[in-house]
Amino acid sequence: METTEDRIKAMVEGNKIFLFMKGSKLFPQCGFSNTAVQILNSYNVEYETFDVLADNAVRDGVKTYSNWPTIPQCYIEGEFVGGCDLLIEMYQSGELSEMVEKAAAS
Amino acid sequence: GPVAASITAKLEAAFKPDVLDVVNESASHNVPRGSESHFKVVLVAHAFASVPLLERHRLVNEALADELKGPVHALSIVAKTPAQWAKASGAVPPSPPCLGGSKA
Repeated sequence: METTEDRIKAMVEGNKIFLFMKGSKLFPQCGFSNTAVQILNSYNVEYETFDVLADNAVRDGVKTYSNWPTIPQCYIEGEFVGGCDLLIEMYQSGELSEMVEKAAAS
Repeated sequence: GPVAASITAKLEAAFKPDVLDVVNESASHNVPRGSESHFKVVLVAHAFASVPLLERHRLVNEALADELKGPVHALSIVAKTPAQWAKASGAVPPSPPCLGGSKA
């Protein structure tokens, strides 16, 4: 049987850029998730999201998967890169732009 | 409140910070008045020198693991070294506005 961990692994490894968030890209349900979406949108790259409010197993499971206690969580090329605070800092430093461009070109 | 006091005590002990600011931002969220659920912590510590950003946040999350499993639902972290803090002139980014989705 497919475990929650398998499902999470498939999502983060099957997409170059993936965001676990509250709500959807169009209707984020939390300010931190909204900030993460706005940052990713600014790069004009494709990314997929998963609404943890719709699935408690994933909501809890992703916290264990990355050993990170909060949502949103952003993954680039299968690697956990951070939540809202880290996305903001890496956006401002230009580091995130490099990571996103590299992933998009891969 | 008791949660803010516990956060302050644990961060003091773990990082011996030069600057420590624990801000209860719960009032701007969709939770009852007087809640201690949404916090921002600003930490300036020598302990962060040569520790990558992601790891700094992990260290803070670990120090507050009990709070995050319990009453604390959102934690915004600013973790800088004294040199970075001086360069930023103490500027702290604002937290995003609540969109009302989570009652937890």
